[in-house]
Amino acid sequence: MWFLGFVLLLLKTAIVLTILLGLAAYLILVERKLLGRFQIRFGPNRAGPFGIWQPIADGIKMILKEDTIPQGADRVVFKYAPAVVATVAILIAAVIPFSRDAILWGYDIPMVISDLNVGLLYVLALSSLSVYGVALGGWASNSKYSLLGGIRGAAQMVSYELPLGLSLVPVVMLAGSFSLVDIVNAQACYPFVVVQPIAFVIFLIAAVAESKRLPFDLPEAENELNAGYHTEFSGMRFALYFIGEYVHMMVLGALVAVFFLGGWRGPWLPPVVWLVLKALMVPFFLIWTRATLPRLRYDQLMHFGWKLLIPIALLNILATGAVMLWLRG
Amino acid sequence: MAGNEVNILRAFYEGVAGLASAYRITLKHLFRKPITEQYPEYKRPLPARSRARIILTRDADGDERCVACFLCSAVCPVSCISMESGEREDGRRYAQWFRINFARCIYCGFCEEACPTLAIQLTPDFEFCQRDILKLVYEKEDLLVDHGGKNAEYDFYKHAGVAVKGDKGTHYQEAAPVNIKTNLP
Repeated sequence: MWFLGFVLLLLKTAIVLTILLGLAAYLILVERKLLGRFQIRFGPNRAGPFGIWQPIADGIKMILKEDTIPQGADRVVFKYAPAVVATVAILIAAVIPFSRDAILWGYDIPMVISDLNVGLLYVLALSSLSVYGVALGGWASNSKYSLLGGIRGAAQMVSYELPLGLSLVPVVMLAGSFSLVDIVNAQACYPFVVVQPIAFVIFLIAAVAESKRLPFDLPEAENELNAGYHTEFSGMRFALYFIGEYVHMMVLGALVAVFFLGGWRGPWLPPVVWLVLKALMVPFFLIWTRATLPRLRYDQLMHFGWKLLIPIALLNILATGAVMLWLRG
Repeated sequence: MAGNEVNILRAFYEGVAGLASAYRITLKHLFRKPITEQYPEYKRPLPARSRARIILTRDADGDERCVACFLCSAVCPVSCISMESGEREDGRRYAQWFRINFARCIYCGFCEEACPTLAIQLTPDFEFCQRDILKLVYEKEDLLVDHGGKNAEYDFYKHAGVAVKGDKGTHYQEAAPVNIKTNLP
């Protein structure tokens, strides 16, 4: 029996990984195409029709590239830092429920790799861990640009971790559980974005900062720091940072869907399609933002996080609690 | 206090409206037709004076214009032009061989400016890259063309380089001599 469960787990993991990495790879193409169209260009359109082979070509190129390690770099840390970013981003996908429970031959199969009862804390913990990849990668490169990028990344992600966590407290209060499956089930009548628009906005902004995207891309600010913390990385290690960033975008999209948009719930279409559609809304918004907004100054970034987002998130928790108490009578 | 709150609300509204208008403008661009010219399918007609592949032109009579004066070779900043001069029976100079190394050429157009006979000219044709770098060394027979290029009618030897046979003012396009006495009061 345990063997069957093991096989099932492996099967689910394989499917989720394939879909997640495939989506992330094609998200790169979608981003380049969309950015092109935003700037009245075509974007990549040479590799196959509409450039559909572009991610594969890029992947092959990345694998075949020389793997350079700069002189004076901390070799061990330098080698493992990119893996941290990618691994952590992929691991978050383990707790995202992607469909209602399936019933096969009388067995109840939960459509989530792992229904942790502290799923939300697991997500936040992993989200914080990815800063290690950035900070260590920046430090290990033995380059001032990388170091500056790494330090900025660490400071920024620590600052935006707080509003990210605080904006989810009302969600937990409403759902009464840390489990992502329970949170989705609690949104059976209406998605939480209806009652928690402020938390939704705060989570979205903090998520943008977490995924180091414009206007919060100070750790990799191209025109100040070359490429920030991954300046010195090349070949597959650079690709790992890249994959990590795009998987992070997809996962954050899925998390926004789970926490605020009702997860896989939706009429007519199959649940998985609903989840993917909802999850893709966030990357699209991020790309749109990238085409629209300029980068924040560093003090503005800190000011915005500490003096605006955190107080509003705290007030939101207070108001949610008060309303819940009042409704209960 | 009340006025202050109104100010904060107005600032909030203006901030959000400003952001929203920025998003609206970028979204509008998303649905515009791209202005990209897709190069290999569409080749933009280049101006006649754009600087690319170099040619050696002939004058209106079909003679080679180049007189092997070495000015282009001297002015070339990357020294990619080399030649050897010779002399015909009628005393006119010509290049025995003429070689341009396009692997070094930077298409600055100095040679064209230096040329007194308008022999060496740059053309808009830029699509002649090669895998083998030695194939970019062009000899005289590769460079010489059968037309006059940009100024087809020009003929250096009508202006200079030959002995003046007639009287003052009779040479090709020469102004009539001025009578210096007519300026007197």
